[in-house]
Amino acid sequence: MSTLAVHDHGVVHHEEGHEHHHKATFLNTYVFSQDHKYIAKQFLVTGIIMAFIAMTLSILFRIQLAYPDKSFPILETLLGRFAPNGRISPDFYMSLVTIHGTIMVFFVLTAGLSGTFANLLIPLQVGARDMASPFVNMLSYWFFFIASLIMLSSFLVQKGPASGGWTIYPPLSALPKSMPGSDMGMTLWLISMVLFIASQLMGGINYISTVLNMRTKGMDLWKMPLTVWALFLTAVLGVLSFPVLVAGVVLLIFDRSFGTSFYLSDIVLNGKVMPFEGGSPILFQHLFWFLGHPEVYIVIMPAMGLSSEVLAVNSRKPIFGYHAMVYSLIGIAVLSFIVWGHHMFVTGMNPFLGGVFMITTLIIAVPSAVKTFNWLATLWRGNIRFTPAMLFAIGMVSFFISGGLTGIFLGNAALDINLHDTYFVIAHFHLVMGSAAIFGMLAGVYHWFPKMYRRMMDERLGYLHFWLTFIGAYLVFFPMHFMGLDGVPRRYYAFTEFESMKRWLTVNVFITWAAIMAGIAQLAFAYNFVHSIFWGKKTVQNPWNANTLEWTAPIEHIHGNWDGEIPTVYRWPYDYSKPGHDTDFIPQNVPFSQTMSSNLPHDFEDNPGGLEEHTKWTNAQKANEAVK
Amino acid sequence: MGFKQLINSKKTLSLFAAFVLFGTNQLMAQATAAADTATVDKSAMWTGVGYYVLLFFVASLCVAILGKILRVYDLTQKMQGKKGLNWNGIMGVCCALFLITGMYGAYWSLTVQGSMKLPEAASAHGGDIDSMFTTTTILTLIVFVITQICLFGFAFVYRGSDKRKAYFLPHNNLIEKIWTIIPAAVLTILVVFGFFTWQRVEDSSQQKGDLNIDVTGHQFAWELRYPGADGKLGSLNFRLTTALNKLGVDFKDRNSLDDISADTLVLPVHQSIRLNIHAQDVIHSVYMPHFRLQQNAVPGLPTFFKFVPTITTAEMRRKTDNPNFEYLLYCNKICGGAHYNMQKVVRVVTQAEYQDWIAKQKPYLSDPLKKELHFADAKPAAQVNAASNRLALNN
Repeated sequence: MSTLAVHDHGVVHHEEGHEHHHKATFLNTYVFSQDHKYIAKQFLVTGIIMAFIAMTLSILFRIQLAYPDKSFPILETLLGRFAPNGRISPDFYMSLVTIHGTIMVFFVLTAGLSGTFANLLIPLQVGARDMASPFVNMLSYWFFFIASLIMLSSFLVQKGPASGGWTIYPPLSALPKSMPGSDMGMTLWLISMVLFIASQLMGGINYISTVLNMRTKGMDLWKMPLTVWALFLTAVLGVLSFPVLVAGVVLLIFDRSFGTSFYLSDIVLNGKVMPFEGGSPILFQHLFWFLGHPEVYIVIMPAMGLSSEVLAVNSRKPIFGYHAMVYSLIGIAVLSFIVWGHHMFVTGMNPFLGGVFMITTLIIAVPSAVKTFNWLATLWRGNIRFTPAMLFAIGMVSFFISGGLTGIFLGNAALDINLHDTYFVIAHFHLVMGSAAIFGMLAGVYHWFPKMYRRMMDERLGYLHFWLTFIGAYLVFFPMHFMGLDGVPRRYYAFTEFESMKRWLTVNVFITWAAIMAGIAQLAFAYNFVHSIFWGKKTVQNPWNANTLEWTAPIEHIHGNWDGEIPTVYRWPYDYSKPGHDTDFIPQNVPFSQTMSSNLPHDFEDNPGGLEEHTKWTNAQKANEAVK
Repeated sequence: MGFKQLINSKKTLSLFAAFVLFGTNQLMAQATAAADTATVDKSAMWTGVGYYVLLFFVASLCVAILGKILRVYDLTQKMQGKKGLNWNGIMGVCCALFLITGMYGAYWSLTVQGSMKLPEAASAHGGDIDSMFTTTTILTLIVFVITQICLFGFAFVYRGSDKRKAYFLPHNNLIEKIWTIIPAAVLTILVVFGFFTWQRVEDSSQQKGDLNIDVTGHQFAWELRYPGADGKLGSLNFRLTTALNKLGVDFKDRNSLDDISADTLVLPVHQSIRLNIHAQDVIHSVYMPHFRLQQNAVPGLPTFFKFVPTITTAEMRRKTDNPNFEYLLYCNKICGGAHYNMQKVVRVVTQAEYQDWIAKQKPYLSDPLKKELHFADAKPAAQVNAASNRLALNN
């Protein structure tokens, strides 16, 4: 491996020589940049904007749920035909939940999260000058950008955006006449997703090849920070599972536009007998969830990686059980491919198959539990520094516990019969993959902001942002569990038609106001983010006293990341508070020969020469002691 | 330097104060203006929105002022040679406070809102599911409480200080093994328990399914079809669907001739029932939460669910203390604009009441439908006549 790395150095240096001939124009520096740091910022800003849009959509439908009988003239002013007489129409309500889900899952928590941090951290933390293929990396962003525009443009078509739920199950999504959103809106949704998946694949292939081929001297796999491990495994998941969704989506396009019957059979729509025969709607669900389940891990694994790093740095302690953390990530990644059927327990899938999926699903809870316990052990006897990033990482762990535990209910096929598609599910996944992933992402933003923008974010606004969001998210999602236990289904436009659901209206009002509070808290973040980019306090090179390589790079961004040679790596990234050392951190590029007083025999497990030196040194020390 | 900053922030502070004064003046003026124009609908709306926007600005202003005050305090402390605000300490205490209030909130929610959950299961298999649920709840709540206490407890206890150094603990294989094996063991118990529960619920050979009932979903209603005296439902063919033959019943199948259509899903108590679930247009889902029953209705893929209702509607009304209580069947898979209102009343009655009720129901093969079929085919028409005679006798 090391020979490969050395070889790469040569190549990169050679390329850099060429770089100087290129003229840096406005266009290739600020728009079509191929610099991974700049592309990361493009992904981040686009992701944040999409997050704000999707959040606004959620507040709109929360208003409908809280006040189903009230009319808000402003809604008609803002939304026009989608909210006649100031009330959101049932079809538009479905569009709102659909687009909220799609944007949040794919555009924010997949592209915004992986896209930002894989681009920023992989080259900087493994010690590479850029991505394996900077041009493809740039394309990845621009495909994502176009996909975002197309997704948003569906609000401008006559019949409104796609409205079959973010899972777009056919036949609802396949028959344009079955609901207004299944017309032009669904077409745009499908086009947007195909472009989005292309973007993810280009990004993913880049991340994988960069991690495998471009690590600096000494950076073997077991010296990589957990962030890189998580982002690497996420990319592998994406590359293996996203193509399956393309297949599913293309067949759906055929069914919609070319009269095929892949997913359709025996259909009588509005009294009209349709000619489709022989297809199976369940086939789409298999294809969708074959991506869809790895997808939720694509969303949560980067958040786990970022939080692991932030927790270790700010506890001033090594992450507990580094190897166990990596193995549990690998375990989650592998298992995530064989659990998709737990989304389909009640679809009419063979009950025996349901039983098998239930077993694999509950097994995946074991590596998740190991990760949680390891995070707790990392905090134990630490010297915790509460930066906003640290608070968000702690919040991430809290959400992961709360939401993960309800997964044990839903993964159980017998319990899922009554909980499937109720608010219990909403509560579960908004905590475990929604809130936990967004908190991981925010932890990352607060932590690596100085690396991205060379300035610090305001800490006190960060604290305010954290507590309002954290409490708000719990207030929103915790009561939903009980609505689910009362059999209240998700995606209901209003609870007014059911006598038994009317008593939940007051809870809905409460949840809506909690959501509005949490939404307003995000403005504190937006202000802090924008303000700090331009007027924030200037950062020092290593503001958090962290060990990883990105903090050895100069503050000033240069193409190629380090001027001169790329630092060589000698140790793992978690030597915090090592006894015998004068500071409480030892960066990865500090050789053991400079830290003789803090070296442990364990540090030289696969290095007999080093171990010999170490014993020699300790013996000498002992001899000295004896002389004294 | 610090002194200069202090003066600066004092200046900004007074600026803010002036701004607030000006702001309140403006607000007062606007409030009176709003009162004048309140008669006009549109402007009333805008003042309503404007009111909230202003409220937001006032809140942001308060936050900004509070921030300034904190900074001023911080700087004066530092000027006097004392330490500034100890944010580590403050946030550590916040974590502890959150732990306490959060735990109380969770307790409140579990007891108050938790008591609003569905009443006891009204079906034979529902009891199994409920006991499975209770076991899982107890186990997960224990883990929930312990881990959250550890998380926020550690955050509070080990909040940062300059005097301490963290304890270097990279790994401990024994502990790792313990907390891999314990969750694995607990989950194995849950898996085994759950697997057998699931098998019992879904195993179609265990239950007889004496009474076959067809439930068909379409946008946006459910259609019910009961078997006639022969106890058998006739076969379906979606191509035969017309305005009168809504389900596409195939009348070449003799079993279909005496089929009955109904408005309410009436079920005899303690009898094994097989719901045959169909969908005509998009996917729907038959959800009867009181019976712990859910099965998707998929076009082109008929599904079924067998169960035994155990509590009559009248009994459940007494148990829930609600004279208007009704069991419901509603749609639980997104199916279009009116998805939120696709319900059917389910009534569980005694065997005698059921016989009374079924006798009063109308045949699926209604008179207009008969007429339609006369035109379509002469042969089955004769059978239709015979069948309707028999049905008439039954009535």
